[in-house]
Amino acid sequence: MQDILDILRDYGLLLAVGQFPDGPIGGLALTLILAVTGLTVSFPLSVLIGVGRTSHHPAIAWTCTAFVTLVRALPLLMLIFWAYFVVPLIIGRTVSALTTVICALVVYETAYLAEVVRAAILALPKGQTEASRSLGLSASQTLRDVILPQALFNAIPSILNQFISLVKNTSVAYIISVSELTYSAYQINAQLMTKPLQVYLILAAIYFIICFSLSRLVRLVEKRIDASRKAPVAAGSAA
Amino acid sequence: MHLDFGAVLTPQYAHWILWGAATSAALFLSSWVLAFASAAVLVAIGSAPFRGARWAVAGFVAYHRNIPMLVQIFVWYFAVPQLLPEPLTRWVNSHNSEFIFAMIALFLNAAAYMSEDMRSGLRALPPAQMEAGRALGLSYLQTMRDVLLPQAVRAALPALVNQSLSLFKATSLAMAVGVAEMTYTSRQVENETYRTFETFAIASLFYVTLSFAIMALGAWADRRNLRAAGH
Repeated sequence: MQDILDILRDYGLLLAVGQFPDGPIGGLALTLILAVTGLTVSFPLSVLIGVGRTSHHPAIAWTCTAFVTLVRALPLLMLIFWAYFVVPLIIGRTVSALTTVICALVVYETAYLAEVVRAAILALPKGQTEASRSLGLSASQTLRDVILPQALFNAIPSILNQFISLVKNTSVAYIISVSELTYSAYQINAQLMTKPLQVYLILAAIYFIICFSLSRLVRLVEKRIDASRKAPVAAGSAA
Repeated sequence: MHLDFGAVLTPQYAHWILWGAATSAALFLSSWVLAFASAAVLVAIGSAPFRGARWAVAGFVAYHRNIPMLVQIFVWYFAVPQLLPEPLTRWVNSHNSEFIFAMIALFLNAAAYMSEDMRSGLRALPPAQMEAGRALGLSYLQTMRDVLLPQAVRAALPALVNQSLSLFKATSLAMAVGVAEMTYTSRQVENETYRTFETFAIASLFYVTLSFAIMALGAWADRRNLRAAGH
């Protein structure tokens, strides 16, 4: 126990923010930056692909389905290695390990989030589309103003769950030496040599606290959403 | 771009790749069997009418769901040996410790997720089934094993197939502690040949083929299930 406190005192700052402000940001801060960036970039893409999967044009539906199926069949690690190879080919210059990881995480998350979006769209009663079309709205207006607002609202808990899994997935960045939380702990362990148990318990505890509190938050949000869906719609409010 | 798969599939490199494929498959199959069996045990314990048992299972599940798989592998590979008695550590170290610890981490994690799936499958069953089993003279464990769990597994089949797919993909993380599975050996071949595209294409083909096989198996079991249920 004393060991754990000593490690936290000596290396707590390194675990929290890496070398910042004297060097690049790292540790837990970088883990959270990776996860937030990953979600922010993959969300709009996943809406496009999720909608594409429900499209009536066979070419669009097939392409989106193929993308999702292929990405789901590959380990994240494989995508990271591919990103290392493919991203420089596309943009014509070498990129940092950090950029590589963000690209791989975005592709991976987009596939899983697209499934969430698709499931939320399919879960809406068909009458919503029919009613909207019979009121004279076009197909794209129906999607934008009727279907997506409801589907994405209902999907908030699943999107947050996806964010939790993204936080955990950022740890794979360790493999290509991006100095996020797991890599920082690995470095500390390499410096101390004799305290792997203590170092990795601290690491596990940090992830546990973050992911466990996030999952509690998701449950709370889920209850609020369920309640708001059951409540009678007040006059004049948007459905 | 000039492709040359021949440079990657020389006898030596082909041997590495096949070795990687076999190790990945062995890691997946052994941890899957252990995970499935442990998940059933966890469900039986977690549904027992003792609060302590339920809390222990809930804690086990929470630990494995809220910590990255990679970190769980590190905990087993780097941290746990510090707690094990010296002779046991020596035995493990002389028997491919990387593989053993990675397998333990993988199967415990998958067991936690699978037990959650089975538990929701169990909740879908009418409670009268347990009462009926007990009234017919079966013990709690017999009712669980012979009556409830088979039905719960069937109900949870789609989720269990998804878990199996995650487990298969997670075996690639074992490379972080030096298990020579597919990702590890393909990276080695890439380091030696500089044939990045060819090597990763072969490795990806391996993962995609087996992942599709798992998905197809799931779809087949699902259809059979629906037919058996009379739909």
